[in-house]
Amino acid sequence: MRAHREAIAVAVVVAALIVAPLGQGNYIAYLLCSWLMLAIAAMGLNLTLGYAGRISLAQASFIGIGAYATSIVTLAHYPWVLGMAVGVVLCFLVGLLLGFPALRVRGHYLAFVTLAFNSLFFLVARNEDWLTGGTYGLSGMPRPRIGPVSTSGQLAFYYFTLAVALLAALVLRLIVRSPWGRAFKALRENEVRAESLGLDVRRLTLLAFAIGSAYGGLAGAIEAPLVQYIDPGSFDVVQSLSLLLMVVVGGLGEFWGPVLGSAVAVLLPEALRVTAAYYLMLYAIAVILLMTRCPGGLIGLARRIAARPARRRGAAVS
Amino acid sequence: MTSPHLSVRGVFKRFGPVVAVHDVSFDVAHGEILGLIGPNGSGKSTLFNCILGQTAPDAGSVEVDGRRVTGRRACDLSLLGVGRTFQQLAVFPGLSVLDNIIFAAQEHRGGMLGRLFMRPDAGLTEEADRMIEFFRLGAVRNKLAGDISYGQRKLVDAAMAFMAGPKLVLLDEPAGGVNPTMLAELRERLQTYNREHGTTFVVIEHNMDFVMSLCGRIMALAEGRIIADGTPDEVRADRTVIDSYLGG
Ligand SMILES: Nc1ncnc2c1ncn2[C@@H]1O[C@H](COP(=O)(O)OP(=O)(O)O)[C@@H](O)[C@H]1O
Ligand SMILES: [Mg+2]
Repeated sequence: MRAHREAIAVAVVVAALIVAPLGQGNYIAYLLCSWLMLAIAAMGLNLTLGYAGRISLAQASFIGIGAYATSIVTLAHYPWVLGMAVGVVLCFLVGLLLGFPALRVRGHYLAFVTLAFNSLFFLVARNEDWLTGGTYGLSGMPRPRIGPVSTSGQLAFYYFTLAVALLAALVLRLIVRSPWGRAFKALRENEVRAESLGLDVRRLTLLAFAIGSAYGGLAGAIEAPLVQYIDPGSFDVVQSLSLLLMVVVGGLGEFWGPVLGSAVAVLLPEALRVTAAYYLMLYAIAVILLMTRCPGGLIGLARRIAARPARRRGAAVS
Repeated sequence: MTSPHLSVRGVFKRFGPVVAVHDVSFDVAHGEILGLIGPNGSGKSTLFNCILGQTAPDAGSVEVDGRRVTGRRACDLSLLGVGRTFQQLAVFPGLSVLDNIIFAAQEHRGGMLGRLFMRPDAGLTEEADRMIEFFRLGAVRNKLAGDISYGQRKLVDAAMAFMAGPKLVLLDEPAGGVNPTMLAELRERLQTYNREHGTTFVVIEHNMDFVMSLCGRIMALAEGRIIADGTPDEVRADRTVIDSYLGG
């Protein structure tokens, strides 16, 4: 019954997302694209951190790898799909490599290792001008064509992004609903016990990084044609931290958490624009309150509220 | 079938200056229930970890069913039909009891890639429910393992060790911190399981009544060495054991 309710909720939200930008300006469509793009990256980080329990402060660098790969490929007049595939595969492989330190270190140490990786990526992107355009970055990336249809209009590109995001969510859903999802959580909860029950901890840890990073790459493949200008600064450590915040605010290990968390990060500033300079302060206070009162994030909060009437009913019976 | 189920030969393990396991050799026959006793720090858990691939022994070898497993990883041992519990309670607190028990067998189903395309429960719900019934955990089936009592978690831990149908199970202080009622139940469940499936057990335990009534053979460890090996009565009467453990 719960799955049933969730399916209805998803259908309603998707329908809302389809009509949301209609009759609105380009800016709204652009904003929604940014949100969906970040949601994809945050979903990947949620797999690595929320499900598998391995922290990564390098997710922005994977968006970067995906964005640079897509830009380079599409600027050379190859199709977007190829650029996206190159970016995603590259991120999968680099993510796999980044997983190796995670076999040895945990927690803060792993945070620093991944942070160092993000800095390394930033330096490479800035210094290797021949490939990345250095500090000038790359610009003028074309938007993808699907057969005869171009997505160069903001609305068309929004629907394209929506389709990619839904597909990405569906694939991740299938992964975490399969026995793999349980294995990721077991890895998070008690690695030694999981291994004693037959789990190949090494392989699953590497996969947690590889898949999570591949989602970063996919987000980058959206960002390149969305923004049509990328430079190393778009993928620095601050961006990785902000992705971490999105995942935590949404609810670690909650499937829809990153979608909600990224919505808060992207759409709330717009909604609160009237508060001008106070926005960041309000946001910071809200995050502090949420994290101290409800470490389960927004989804955890929603669950708690949903559970409350049931408990009251239970109390009334007894 | 005269070859031993588990054969440990000359296992050594030191941590810095501490020799935790000192040249330990013993065999366990198929279907046997062997108890392992000894004071705290005598090397019992370390011996388990050396057998199960959790710790690499400095010397010696371990064979399961005549197959050398020294240096194999813990997950390989599990797939070879060796289950275990840990001295420190080891369940997955954020998963439901049912999910804990399903997980305990899912990695034994098909290949890793294949599991990606399996039903969410890997077809294990029925089997898990049988295990839940066997350990009388029905009332907490859908609760988070972190939300149930300590004794119940001990039972979940044990149920997990059995879920994949192991031929050999090593239990590290299964009775520790378990109340007397639950204790009698645990012993009875273990004996029933041994009788019905012919499973071999090695049980580390401090509770003398528990271990003496459960095991047909007892081995005593002190400072990493085996100091006695025999029937419960023999070991109970052994001078060295009394001096180093029971009396002290
Ligand atoms: N990981 C470890 N690092 C250092 N010393 C250890 C480690 N594990 C066990 N020891 C030491 O080895 C000895 C045996 O410990 P252990 O096997 O846990 O004993 P038991 O299970 O019989 O109580 C103890 O002196 C203990 O301090
Ligand atoms: Mg011990």
